[in-house]
Amino acid sequence: MSFPWAKEYKPSHPFMQWMDDRLPLPRLVYNSVGGGYPVPRNLNYFWNFGFLAALCLVLQIVTGIVMAMHYAANTQVAFDTVEQTVRDVNWGWMMRYAHANGASAFFVVIYVHIFRGFFYGSYKAPREMVWLLGVVIFLLMMATAFMGYVLPWGQMSFWGAKVITGLFGAIPFVGEPLQQWLLGGFAPDNAALNRFFSLHYLLPFVIVGVVILHIWALHIPGSSNPTGVEVKTESDTVPFYPYYVAKDGWAIGVFAILFCTALFFFPNALGHPDNYIPANPMSTPAHIVPEWYFWPFYAILRAFTQDFFFIPAKLMGVLAMFGAILVWFFLPWLDRSPVRSGSYRPLYRKFFFFGLIPAMAVLFYCGGAPAAEPYVMFSQIAALYYFAHFLIVIPIVSAIEKPDPLPFSITESVLGHDEGAQLRPAHGATEAVHGEA
Amino acid sequence: MARILSILVGLFFTVALAWSFGKGAYQQITEPPAATAEHEFHLLPKEVSFASDGAFGKFDRQQLQRGFQVYKEVCSVCHAIRHVAFRDLAALGYNDAEVKAIAKGFQVPVYNNATGEVNTREGMTTDYFPPVMYGGQGTPPDLSLITKARHEGPAYVYSLLTGYQDQPAELLKKFPDSKTPDGLHYNPYFANLNLAMPPPLTADGQVTYSDGTKATKDQMAKDVSAFLIWTAEPKLEKRKQTGWPVLGFLLFATILGYMSYRNIWAGKKH
Ligand code: HEM
Repeated sequence: MSFPWAKEYKPSHPFMQWMDDRLPLPRLVYNSVGGGYPVPRNLNYFWNFGFLAALCLVLQIVTGIVMAMHYAANTQVAFDTVEQTVRDVNWGWMMRYAHANGASAFFVVIYVHIFRGFFYGSYKAPREMVWLLGVVIFLLMMATAFMGYVLPWGQMSFWGAKVITGLFGAIPFVGEPLQQWLLGGFAPDNAALNRFFSLHYLLPFVIVGVVILHIWALHIPGSSNPTGVEVKTESDTVPFYPYYVAKDGWAIGVFAILFCTALFFFPNALGHPDNYIPANPMSTPAHIVPEWYFWPFYAILRAFTQDFFFIPAKLMGVLAMFGAILVWFFLPWLDRSPVRSGSYRPLYRKFFFFGLIPAMAVLFYCGGAPAAEPYVMFSQIAALYYFAHFLIVIPIVSAIEKPDPLPFSITESVLGHDEGAQLRPAHGATEAVHGEA
Repeated sequence: MARILSILVGLFFTVALAWSFGKGAYQQITEPPAATAEHEFHLLPKEVSFASDGAFGKFDRQQLQRGFQVYKEVCSVCHAIRHVAFRDLAALGYNDAEVKAIAKGFQVPVYNNATGEVNTREGMTTDYFPPVMYGGQGTPPDLSLITKARHEGPAYVYSLLTGYQDQPAELLKKFPDSKTPDGLHYNPYFANLNLAMPPPLTADGQVTYSDGTKATKDQMAKDVSAFLIWTAEPKLEKRKQTGWPVLGFLLFATILGYMSYRNIWAGKKH
């Protein structure tokens, strides 16, 4: 892995030498996020979001573990134990708001991270595995967030759980028994709450595991970059430390300022007021909506209002809702354009900015709105474009598009010239010789 | 092959959506949904401001005490505040003796293990506000979290308390079936316009404030709303006060971070 000019770890302290001989953990760190990992010099700020995502994951685990110390997964008391945490535990209010808003921050960061991938073609060879693991992480995150939202056992917790687990009931033949098996009953109750808590505690650590694979897979070819042109010589890269440590470091600062502004001054802005009402199975809320980060997929679910031939509308909605994420798995093979970056793909770029982004915006908006007209019609049009984009537009565009000329190398795109690279055979970093910046 | 398959799957979803859209649009044109009284006459909460609003907001303790008095003398007949303990009232500026006296004024239920009877005893500072038994129409919700459990909660509570009125003649003309049923009360700030709670604040001077504030209906509504902001989030003040130093520190750290970023990248074009 890595490039031939990557610096080698040389322990300077005898203890580190001793350690390196026995368990080369310092070497692993050095080669992953230290001076031993060369990274393209031209990454823009969209490449900071992977690091921010990792930060969010740590934040969620830390605040979550503290809250779990004060929480009881029992329908009789769950709501009250959360209130007691907020009222009587030292800094409990801060832990709770940090955890709730942290989930939102995590999804903001992840959506940027994913759409960075869409635009810059990060999912293409040789990074398909990075992408596939990313989609797995996203699915795990959604499952984790969904179950976490059930834990305080407020009105939206209960009714959200009821609606979402009810989706399994749409599966032909096995649907209903499956739903009862998942819930441990006919409706969400103590059995469901307990298993949700158990899984909500487990899944973040599964995510940690998949993130490790994700970064491992990434470090085989190394990061892509805004031009999408692969690294050729040393002058295309800078060592992760200190360059990207400094850049990620100050990006964390900006992120933390925005996050803390929400946490300390608008902690309930993204939450639904109904979840401050204890769960009541006898009283259905006027509008059942999930948390904002599920809205695009919730809008897709509700966009299917008519049976389609022999397929009931509800089953269509469920298929489409899961399908909307599952298509991402196929993206590396649907997009056959040899050019990665949207910056050099005039046609793809148009569909991205004037098709996918507006469609996503409409789906976000309508997913949070009541299931009434005109929102349903808007989400139908937007969902139609969403599926067309991935399954029809991308395969066709990538076949007919004439890309703009690419820069010869990263160095050339940055400096306007690249003497180092032009003198040498251009195929593959392994053959490249050390160049100077 | 993969492309053809992909386009077929794409067509499956898009055609199903177009079908749903077409039928929905047709229905919308042929049978547009009927207007409802709720839709046309429901009002959003009034504009009202509280001392605790804004990034520098602080509770007005005098007002919280007045609000507590309104809660105790008026609302507590039907509504509990079960997340609040008597000891919490010290935050409103009451001293220990006053908190004790307040607790004593409430009867809390005790279950007798020997006889199985439920008796009551005088409250202690460690007790929570007791549940309220209510036999009338509707179910009065617990008020501890009410200002967080409604959109624009504080303004909503204030608007609801001051919003009772006769049903507009226009409404009855347009929706003759929407006459407020017997036993309910018309209030345009309530989601379905008619609620079981009778107007609780009926006359100026309904409570007597000890700090000399005139107990107009409007004043009492504002004071009790302020009190319910506190019951919903006793840590609100602390939260905002913590926020500023945190942001100050982060700003400082971020500027340092930015400077070291510029320093490290100096001379490295990217
Ligand atoms: C817990 C969640 C995640 C963490 C901690 C994480 C972490 C990272 C990190 C540290 C990087 C390298 C820095 C960067 O390019 O920003 C990265 C790159 C990448 N991630 Fe993620 N990621 C997460 C989720 C996802 C998801 C959900 C997807 C896609 C569905 C994804 C797709 C990618 C891709 C394609 C790259 C390579 C980008 C390139 O080199 O151009 N990641 N990830």
